Amino acid sequence: MSLFDYTLRELQEKLHNKEISVTDLVEESYNRIEEVDEEVQAFITLNKEAAKKQAAELDQERGNDDAKLFGLPIGVKDNIVTKGLRTTAGSQILSNLDDPLYDATVVNKLNDAKSVTIGKLNMDEFAMGSSNENSSYAAARNPWNTDYVPGGSSGGSAAAVAAGEVPYSLGSDTGGSIRQPAAYCGVVGLKPTYGRVSRFGLIAFASSLDQIGPITRSVEDNAFLLETIAGHDKMDSTSANVEVPKYTESLTGDVKGMKIGVPKEYLSEGVSEEVKEAVKAALKEYEKMGATWEEVSLPHSKYALSTYYLISSSEASANLARFDGVRYGKRAEDAKNMLDMFMRSRAEGFGDEVKRRIMLGTFALSSGYYDAYYKKAQQVRTLIKNDFEKVFEDYDVIIGPTTPTPAFKVGDKVDDPMTMYANDILTIPVNLAGVPGISIPCGFSGDGLPIGLQIIGKHFDEGTVYRAAHAFEQATDYHKQRPSLGGAR
Amino acid sequence: MSRISKEEVKHVANLARLAITEEEATTFTKQLDDIITYAEQLNELDTTGVEPTTHVLDLKNVMRKDEPKKWISQDDALKNAPDKQDGQFKVPSVLE
Repeated sequence: MSLFDYTLRELQEKLHNKEISVTDLVEESYNRIEEVDEEVQAFITLNKEAAKKQAAELDQERGNDDAKLFGLPIGVKDNIVTKGLRTTAGSQILSNLDDPLYDATVVNKLNDAKSVTIGKLNMDEFAMGSSNENSSYAAARNPWNTDYVPGGSSGGSAAAVAAGEVPYSLGSDTGGSIRQPAAYCGVVGLKPTYGRVSRFGLIAFASSLDQIGPITRSVEDNAFLLETIAGHDKMDSTSANVEVPKYTESLTGDVKGMKIGVPKEYLSEGVSEEVKEAVKAALKEYEKMGATWEEVSLPHSKYALSTYYLISSSEASANLARFDGVRYGKRAEDAKNMLDMFMRSRAEGFGDEVKRRIMLGTFALSSGYYDAYYKKAQQVRTLIKNDFEKVFEDYDVIIGPTTPTPAFKVGDKVDDPMTMYANDILTIPVNLAGVPGISIPCGFSGDGLPIGLQIIGKHFDEGTVYRAAHAFEQATDYHKQRPSLGGAR
Repeated sequence: MSRISKEEVKHVANLARLAITEEEATTFTKQLDDIITYAEQLNELDTTGVEPTTHVLDLKNVMRKDEPKKWISQDDALKNAPDKQDGQFKVPSVLE
């Protein structure tokens, strides 16, 4: 068994009682990385020397260990800026950004809570992708079967937790990038309400959709981590000035009387039989616990994918304009003039998926097409958001699958952008509506791959989402299963 | 009918400051055309009078006092620059 099979709070108790040291935890991380990461490829950059030094220092302060994440080793997605620690966002254009100038607000919060950053986690370039195959470094693999993708874009964040390389990590979610890899890797991943967590220092993909969130092995750990990173930030004017509750206190195990809506669109054709069966079994579990569920409708679901690609690509085309080879990042050599330098630095630095989305966004925002594509998509976004608001008038949470199928094989969808995009069809509407959603393990396919259950809540009602997720976790043991990678631990 | 021509793709790439080869232009034209054609399903919906959502939260502009404070020094700002001279970012000449 691994030390990381304990919950974060159990680990802290062991630290406090001097059963283990911070150095033990950090070594557990690096030993496991040494053992499996050549295969899993969850990390782009390790922080080994600094982390070991920090661990030794924290071990000296152990009488004074009441900081919220004292001594707990964490992995951070590589689009979250870390001062002095290389940050690439999975892209070649930032491959030489070895010495970033500041910490993202979430990283400041982790540092204040005295966690130890183990390294930066692999991802699809600029968070654009659903399989990690768009990482310009190496494609991370699924710890349950390394012939399969871990999902994306936070594939490294989910794979590292599933493989036992770190007990918890941070990801980011624009259209499913936390929940989809969490489902594929059999771990717990939450996309908070838009505005719940500061985006300052998150390398922007689509600013009206991006959120940072926790990936963990249990719901309790997830709630514990969200308490630490959530809250208003004066550096991010879109972060909400709404009080952060003690999410761990909402884990009562009691869902009696809870009203669950199950969108018929989320169990339609396109969703595999195995996934449908797992979700239906989960609903039976909820019935046993005294909750009730009814079929509901989110009638504009089928328009979410189009809406998302128009809006997110438009925002991305503006956000990624900053990568121009002038102030940081890679610059093409021997440019004839400044324009040539811009054009070639970007051509050499960006991968195909990023180029595709920048061009789609530029097109959708260009004169003559703006109303037909961009504005139209924003209007449909309103309809999608209204669908959720209507259901939430009568129900506490919405439950369905996280993804239409379990993980697919590496290489299977890489040549066809449209089939790749379709993976996110059940997670994208949640970002468009700005509501919180979690993925928790709810079963396994015949091939032994994890299946994820998605629980969606009202704006700023992560507490109820966590309560529902935790109750299911208490009643089942899917989250206790571990991949046999490198010998089960 | 195609939604986007190869010439338009080249124009868009230029607007986005992306150098693309003839071969890439052909591939991107096909792929972008597929995506845009799919996205035109939105035209099935009558959105007359529907307010666009730019942001899900009811956000207002937040004003703060305009006070100087320490942030990043000039030296730090330059330390990741591909090229610099005399405390400034250096770029190739604008005109040939």
